[in-house]
Amino acid sequence: MDKKIRILIAKPGLDGHDRGAKVIARALRDAGMEVIYTGLRQTPEMIAEAALQEDVDAVGLSILSGAHLTLLPRIAACLRERDLEDVLIFAGGIIPDEDVQPLKDAGIAAVFGPGTNTDHVVEFIRGQFQTA
Amino acid sequence: MANSKLPEALPALVDRALQGDRRALSRLISRVENGGTEAWSALAAIYPRTGRAQIVGVTGAPGTGKSTLVSEIAKFTRQQHPEITVGIVAVDPTSPFSGGAVLGDRIRMRDLAGDAGVFIRSMATRGSLGGLARATTDVVKVLDAVGFQLILIETVGAGQSEIDIARTADTVIVVEAPGLGDEVQAIKAGILEIADVLVVNKADRDGVQSTVNALHTMIDLGKAPTSVLHHGHLMTIAAPPEAPIDRWRPPILKTVASESTGIAEVLDAVAQHRAYLTHHPEGQQRAKVRAAIELETILRDTLLQRLLDRVGPADLNHTIEQVAARAVDPYSAAEQLLS
Repeated sequence: MDKKIRILIAKPGLDGHDRGAKVIARALRDAGMEVIYTGLRQTPEMIAEAALQEDVDAVGLSILSGAHLTLLPRIAACLRERDLEDVLIFAGGIIPDEDVQPLKDAGIAAVFGPGTNTDHVVEFIRGQFQTA
Repeated sequence: MANSKLPEALPALVDRALQGDRRALSRLISRVENGGTEAWSALAAIYPRTGRAQIVGVTGAPGTGKSTLVSEIAKFTRQQHPEITVGIVAVDPTSPFSGGAVLGDRIRMRDLAGDAGVFIRSMATRGSLGGLARATTDVVKVLDAVGFQLILIETVGAGQSEIDIARTADTVIVVEAPGLGDEVQAIKAGILEIADVLVVNKADRDGVQSTVNALHTMIDLGKAPTSVLHHGHLMTIAAPPEAPIDRWRPPILKTVASESTGIAEVLDAVAQHRAYLTHHPEGQQRAKVRAAIELETILRDTLLQRLLDRVGPADLNHTIEQVAARAVDPYSAAEQLLS
């Protein structure tokens, strides 16, 4: 068996800055994971549908537009609609501290702010999928 | 690497996928991709339902616009024939250093998002070198079995060793673009021989005509070698000089995929090639070669697995160390393991 951790990296919303998303994609690849990168300006439905078709273990969302409190819970809901509640959701970008708890309540497992070491993200994801 | 929950029983997953459950289809593809005996039993179960889809491969060097062309072919097909569902398998390379991969073909396929008649799956090569992943053919079978009528396969596009696609697809489209290299590149690239349809994409750029001319020259020069079965073995023979006149000659078409130009002509050529294969003996011959290669691959994998199961890791490691220390030659070592 040759199971790999598969992760969708997506950029919801209208901001056009995907450097952070690309840095994370690269770090996860270098950690031996298969990263599906979907590009800019994805709607919640597009992201959830891609997650379904690609059978990913996790979805990483990069968002800098400030619309995270609207978009991220909607993405979580779109995933649930497709029976993907077991897919891990994590987020990164410009997200104020006071917004982190509401996002966690909405099903976002982790929020990584600017300056997060990519090793930290890799360790977090590995920890979620490692056999005990 | 295990997920937190137990995997679903395979027969139930196969049933649900065949009934049109997209979630089940996606999971089944993963199980087939991950391989092993479980994958084979699933493939054996779905096999009777395969063989109905039209399978089209798209290959060519990086930057020629394969993803965009695949996306446009799917979009055009869905617009003209809404009853035809389209499955896409897009293959990107696995990093030989980390074993990871960034699969980015969906970026160019965003026009297809929201169409329930299209299913896109990205695959990493996972160490395979022929332009496809080892399991690509098997994943195509799954898409075929659940009823996708047109299946498009996009290869890695490393350029010169993409021959696996010819063993998987009914029709192979080779994509070129102006200005990527001189005529010598076209000679070097072994992929011209596998082309059933040649597309010069980005045809709004300078140098289109010289690329088209170079391809015409190459096709006139080339007498494509043919694979034949000889006493059960695959052999390559040069096409005889008196090759039948009605043999397929790859058309050379110009497209600007990013502007949806020339796509209808590409699909016409694909349809003509399909008709050719059903009438010309070459179609039968191809099917036979494909079956032989497939059977040979499965036999090789099975025999190796059985042998490794019997020998066990300890004995195998011991033998490897002996060979590494030059205490025994690898030929005798293999002979010992087999006996």
